[in-house]
Amino acid sequence: MPKHEKILLKNMETHGYTGSLADYERTGGYTALRKVLDKISPAEVTEIVKKSGLRGRGGAGFPTGVKWSFIPKDHPGPKYLCCNADESEPGTFKDRQLIERDPHQMIEGMLIACYAIGAEAAYIYIRGEFVLGAQILERALAEARAAGYVGRKILGTDHSINIWVHRGAGAYICGEETALLESLEGKRGLPRVKPPFPATHGLYNKPTVINNVETLANLPHIINRGAEWFAAIGSPPKSSGTRIFCVSGHVARPGNYEVPMGITMRELIYEHAGGMRSEKPLKAIIPGGASAPFLTTEHLDVKLDFESVAQAGSMLGSGGVTVMEEGTSMVWAALRLMEFFYHESCGKCTPCREGSSWLVQTMRRIVDGRGRKSDLETLVQLCQNIAGRTVCAFGDAEVAPIMSTLKYWRSEYEELIQQAEAAGLIQLEPAAARH
Amino acid sequence: MLKEKYKTEIADILSRYPTRRSAVLPLLYLAQKEEGYVSEPAMKEIAGILRLTTPQVYEVVTFYTMFQVKPIGTFHIQVCKSLMCALVGSDTLLAWLKARLGIGPGETTSDKLFTISTVECLASCGTGPMMQINDDYYESISEAKLDRILADIQRDGTSPLKSGPFMLPEPAGAQGKS
Repeated sequence: MPKHEKILLKNMETHGYTGSLADYERTGGYTALRKVLDKISPAEVTEIVKKSGLRGRGGAGFPTGVKWSFIPKDHPGPKYLCCNADESEPGTFKDRQLIERDPHQMIEGMLIACYAIGAEAAYIYIRGEFVLGAQILERALAEARAAGYVGRKILGTDHSINIWVHRGAGAYICGEETALLESLEGKRGLPRVKPPFPATHGLYNKPTVINNVETLANLPHIINRGAEWFAAIGSPPKSSGTRIFCVSGHVARPGNYEVPMGITMRELIYEHAGGMRSEKPLKAIIPGGASAPFLTTEHLDVKLDFESVAQAGSMLGSGGVTVMEEGTSMVWAALRLMEFFYHESCGKCTPCREGSSWLVQTMRRIVDGRGRKSDLETLVQLCQNIAGRTVCAFGDAEVAPIMSTLKYWRSEYEELIQQAEAAGLIQLEPAAARH
Repeated sequence: MLKEKYKTEIADILSRYPTRRSAVLPLLYLAQKEEGYVSEPAMKEIAGILRLTTPQVYEVVTFYTMFQVKPIGTFHIQVCKSLMCALVGSDTLLAWLKARLGIGPGETTSDKLFTISTVECLASCGTGPMMQINDDYYESISEAKLDRILADIQRDGTSPLKSGPFMLPEPAGAQGKS
């Protein structure tokens, strides 16, 4: 089994570890916070995080320390930190484990981030369905308040940091950072036009940093063990540290596996996740959540780091690795994901709102055996007119499944359409769209 | 009225944010807890508390899938139908539910006990097929497990088969698991 050291999952995988404050403190919890408060300046903390090479674990992979450094130094009013715990990217289920099994690890990370950017208030925006996760966080925050880690004048210093849990209510788009801010302000979760960026005009129009749960959970370890230690793990210089990969689909042992970035997909799937669940061989891989283009067996030796996966034509994204076996229809799979995007489009931008509806209708027609020869061209045209033409990255994400399956498995589409033609079920062009 | 019944909760919620409007989701949750759905009078009351117009509250209610604007069954079964669950049998789970409860997605049993919905990803992709019933997750569902869950819920309103703090693969030494 694993030859490397785990960082984030180490404690929770220890027998008997409950994630309580006492357990966390026993394993060195909150020493990183004590180490920085009034002993290392906020600017130095930011510098350490920059040097560590830590990049965001939510999907975009933006360097964390750099993100922090965009916060104006001399801003007189309030600044905010938001923890993005709106884990909704299909294929991803790591934050849920970090929240429910070791809540203090991410809370300590939040306190360090607040100290570094000078925020006195932070919100954990957790997806509404995580009722248990929200309860566990509330309980952990109550413990941390009672122990003086959270609240007014923490640990006897002049720093006050308050943290609150804020539950979302069922909207994938609220994981997009500006939509998250809108939602937290009590509005529909529609992404904002950028610039201005949240670093200067964020929550309540104040300087704001939004970091993912896993990103924040790394911070206490970086402070305790140093930037150089972290920077050397994984696939430096661009992909330092471990990633928690969430392996799902047709594997023998689905689950969260924390490994250094840079191991190959083959290692992750066959050594950690136990290989395929049956005799059927592997057919397709989605390497980074529903928004990442599909890859094939030819990509099994691609390294799981930001650059290598991007070079292979996909993205590391949120770390959700979905494996599909031979016999799975790629057209059907792409339709399922398209239905997801159609359901979750927030409706702000016309190309995405209307395009997702057209894409679902066209895909459904093909899968139902009513496809037309012209449909493939229609799909490509629609995709090209959505990607890059929307306020947020959702537009690019929603075309990924169709474009990538068309690229690698075009014959499956053609076969379905030919069968439909042969069966004589082709209907005349409809007079109008469904609406 | 929410204002009288949840006076301290509302004050506590409002104290967390610099603007009143931010309290809209937490207050909608209170309203839904109270009536099982968010009624029009509740929206009006929340608008009053937060000094918003009723449409400002209504547009929020209709944006988020977790709020119901009409009464539904006592137990809301939400089955994840996204690709990762579909790969491991979410359509089969829906068929099992149909065979037992006689209803499909969007329908409520005549005794108003169960409503079934299909939903998109609930971040439980390694443990499909799965469903959420009210606040609780039920994962890695087999046909036998489903029977037990439904029997438990009809009898006790909940089931010990619901998920606890999540970890996958399950930790070594977890009882009865290989």
